[in-house]
Amino acid sequence: MPELDAIDRRLIDELQGGFPICAEPYAEVAGRLGIGEEELLARLGELLGQRVLTRFGPMYQIERIGGAFTLAALAVPEARYEEVAAQVNALPQVAHNYRREHQLNMWFVLATETPDGIGEAISRIERTTGLNVRNFPKEREYFVEMKLAVRT
Amino acid sequence: MIDDIDRALIVATQGGLPLVPRPYHAVAGRLGIAPEEVMARLEKLLANGVIRRIGAVPNHYAIGWTANGMTVWDVPEESVDEVGAEVGALDFVTHCYRRPRALPEWPYNLFAMVHGSTHDEVRSKAGIIAGLLGARSRAHDILFSSRILKKSGLRI
Repeated sequence: MPELDAIDRRLIDELQGGFPICAEPYAEVAGRLGIGEEELLARLGELLGQRVLTRFGPMYQIERIGGAFTLAALAVPEARYEEVAAQVNALPQVAHNYRREHQLNMWFVLATETPDGIGEAISRIERTTGLNVRNFPKEREYFVEMKLAVRT
Repeated sequence: MIDDIDRALIVATQGGLPLVPRPYHAVAGRLGIAPEEVMARLEKLLANGVIRRIGAVPNHYAIGWTANGMTVWDVPEESVDEVGAEVGALDFVTHCYRRPRALPEWPYNLFAMVHGSTHDEVRSKAGIIAGLLGARSRAHDILFSSRILKKSGLRI
């Protein structure tokens, strides 16, 4: 992983939320960090290019516009792991996908524009992979806070 | 609910904001509407929770959080809401949800994501949760992530 300097670390912590909505938001954030706007844009581009940041922008909650989310899992035979990962990832409805060390070894989040889209995506994955999808829809949310401070 | 312009705005920004001095102006130019309208609509989407936040999503591995464990707990129905609130309040838990069991192979109904620098750190944090739950948890497991296969965020 690339080395992060002190400014990168502050930038990542500063930008995890609360990006301003105004004509020149980068200039405002750059001012808070004590660097120039050009430097902020360059560093942000670099961090995205290196995949230290995976995204920068508004985080949408699809449920609030009539869409749906679910967490689902597969028990994938090791010999087919790469092939199945490619088949699952090919669906645009798959927002995240992680390998986890368990008999259920592939865990992915489906996000769809309508509640029916979840069932359709699951059927499609089952047809394509020949594997049985376990669906774990959220029944209640107790806490969500994605912010983690830079530790390196 | 959202209208067609909101929808176009979501499609235009779900992949990220442009890295230019006036990003909302750039989005407005693409949509053929005024920058003030883009900003006003984003403010409204933020206020009503359609946008959770505007900012950066770090790759947890790249910023030092190299161990990630999905801890899962089998909690009796009558305790799960109380337990969920307590676990969600712990500072090292980033997500905490109640989800259905898939019996017999999956008895767990409470999911709490725990991050750390090492597996041992995650295990010791899971131990803190286990202590907090006591007899209210009948069984638990930790599923460590070993690879990010995809992390693109949602696309409508």
